[in-house]
Amino acid sequence: MANIKTSSNVSRGFNKTVIYVVCIVLALLSIMPFLIMFVNATRSTPEIQSGLSLIPSVHLSTNWDVLVGKTFSPFKGLLNSFIVSAGATLCAIYFSSLTAYGLMAYNWKMRQPFFTFIMCVMMIPAQASSIGFYQFMYKLHWTNSFLPLILPAIAAPAVVFFMRQYLLATLSMEIVEAARIDGSGEYATFNRIILPMMMPALATQAIFIFVSTWNNLFLPLILLTDKSKYTLPIMVSLLRGDAYRTEFGSIYLGLSLTVLPLFVIYFLLSRYIIAGVALGGVKE
Amino acid sequence: MRSKGVSYSKYGYIFCLPFILAFLVFSLYPTVYTAAIGFTDMKGVIPKSIHILDNPFQNFKDLIFDNPSFKTSLSNTFLLWIWNFIPQIVLALLLTAWFTNRRLKIRGQGAFKILLYMPNIITASSIAVLFSSLFAYPMGPINSLFEMMGWQPFDFLQDKTTTRGIVAFIQFWMWYGNTMIVLIAGVMGISPDLFESAQIDGANGTQTFFRITLPNLRTIMLFTLITSMIGGLQMFDIPQLITRNGGGPDNATLTTSVFIYQQAFRGSYMYNRAAAASMIMFVIAAVLSAIVFYLMRDRYAAKLKKQEKKIKKAARAAARGA
Repeated sequence: MANIKTSSNVSRGFNKTVIYVVCIVLALLSIMPFLIMFVNATRSTPEIQSGLSLIPSVHLSTNWDVLVGKTFSPFKGLLNSFIVSAGATLCAIYFSSLTAYGLMAYNWKMRQPFFTFIMCVMMIPAQASSIGFYQFMYKLHWTNSFLPLILPAIAAPAVVFFMRQYLLATLSMEIVEAARIDGSGEYATFNRIILPMMMPALATQAIFIFVSTWNNLFLPLILLTDKSKYTLPIMVSLLRGDAYRTEFGSIYLGLSLTVLPLFVIYFLLSRYIIAGVALGGVKE
Repeated sequence: MRSKGVSYSKYGYIFCLPFILAFLVFSLYPTVYTAAIGFTDMKGVIPKSIHILDNPFQNFKDLIFDNPSFKTSLSNTFLLWIWNFIPQIVLALLLTAWFTNRRLKIRGQGAFKILLYMPNIITASSIAVLFSSLFAYPMGPINSLFEMMGWQPFDFLQDKTTTRGIVAFIQFWMWYGNTMIVLIAGVMGISPDLFESAQIDGANGTQTFFRITLPNLRTIMLFTLITSMIGGLQMFDIPQLITRNGGGPDNATLTTSVFIYQQAFRGSYMYNRAAAASMIMFVIAAVLSAIVFYLMRDRYAAKLKKQEKKIKKAARAAARGA
């Protein structure tokens, strides 16, 4: 009996070692490409072509000069990406909460059909309507404007769905009734009482909307043709151009600049992000 | 019914109005417009008068029967999706089994989750350009490794199979952490009693996993499958940017989205053909969404009913109070 127990313990110990090794290999697989990227951003092109190294070199400023001397302007891209992402995030969380509250707090005739409709259109990909969207924006003279990248966020079905789930669990009509008795208007009740109550859900959704807008390539690529309006993902696609064909150091530096802000956000907020993924289970 | 005879229901409409307007303008109208363009002869940069084709379905017919690129794009999309999804779900399930096994008590799970999920949050276009630099020929980091091993350098991004493999790998690498977290959350939702009774009955880890965990994850896995399919349908950034020409050697990574983009916005400006392709994609996505919709309705129906009852009860109580 004792023997069996020891042997099972030994095999469990062995299994555990295998598991840790696999997990560490996977973790390295997540980190290594980015580590190589950051290191290569400091190395010159001949150094990069002479072999792999994880020791930083001294050519950061040369790479920087080459990078910004051509088509890539990182600060412009950062600023444009920030305007679009922040605008879209604000629109999406505010109006989605408002819609979710409208769905939850009031008993109106079209309520159930409307919610069913939201669930139906939740998964429709943006590419499916991109040709019409582009033609429409072209006629409005809204190409090369950030508005068509920000305003559509007002109607974000997946966010409404999430907010509604949150309200299902937290909204109590007693609070709303109490506010009414105190003479608060319906819109003021939403802004002053409901919105602060929804803060945890707002924050989680805000992170995801911000990041996915920040990373979006397709729509900005078809709408923005003016270089001064380019967002970071389009800037990245410039690194594929002939101007950087042989400038590996600057390519890695350009990539590092686009990845760095996300790294900072991710490692500051990773706990909330992981919790949000577990909660939502809805892929964008 | 209410004390002051005030009806609040109009606020429901008012609060949902911004959503409805934005949806009509930025989503529904462009979709209908795209569908309409699919039936016309709209092409070229210079705007001219547009006519509906003599046979309105000509564009669709051409795409489905006479356009080898479009067929390639459909099969590529499916191929790249399946090459990433199978390893993704297998690895995610394996990690889920390990991380939720109570007897193993794997330490550092929080850190592992954070690291394995990380690639998901990074800009896909940056990752595409990064990987194409890593696989550069004749001398990039991967080929340097090959040299250190004494192998010949290989031009990965000129070969159809390796280019597809790299794209599928990137998709897998970006998404398996996400799938794992969703599945772990699913396991956490299974009643602990089930695991306890399995333990009492003497089931080992493997038995518990296959007999208890897996059957209870069925809905979540189906959900993951379908959302991943819809995501796969939209695959654009990575296949577009992994090679310089967009679409890979000999169209090896030409996906449906890349096809639409290239038809409409690069070179030929075939808006009608791109629009028809979009509509075909729309129909596929709609069918997949319908399946998700039924799944979700199942999952939340009970919860919904409960809440509705509660609100009705409160309303009745309020009415009685008056």
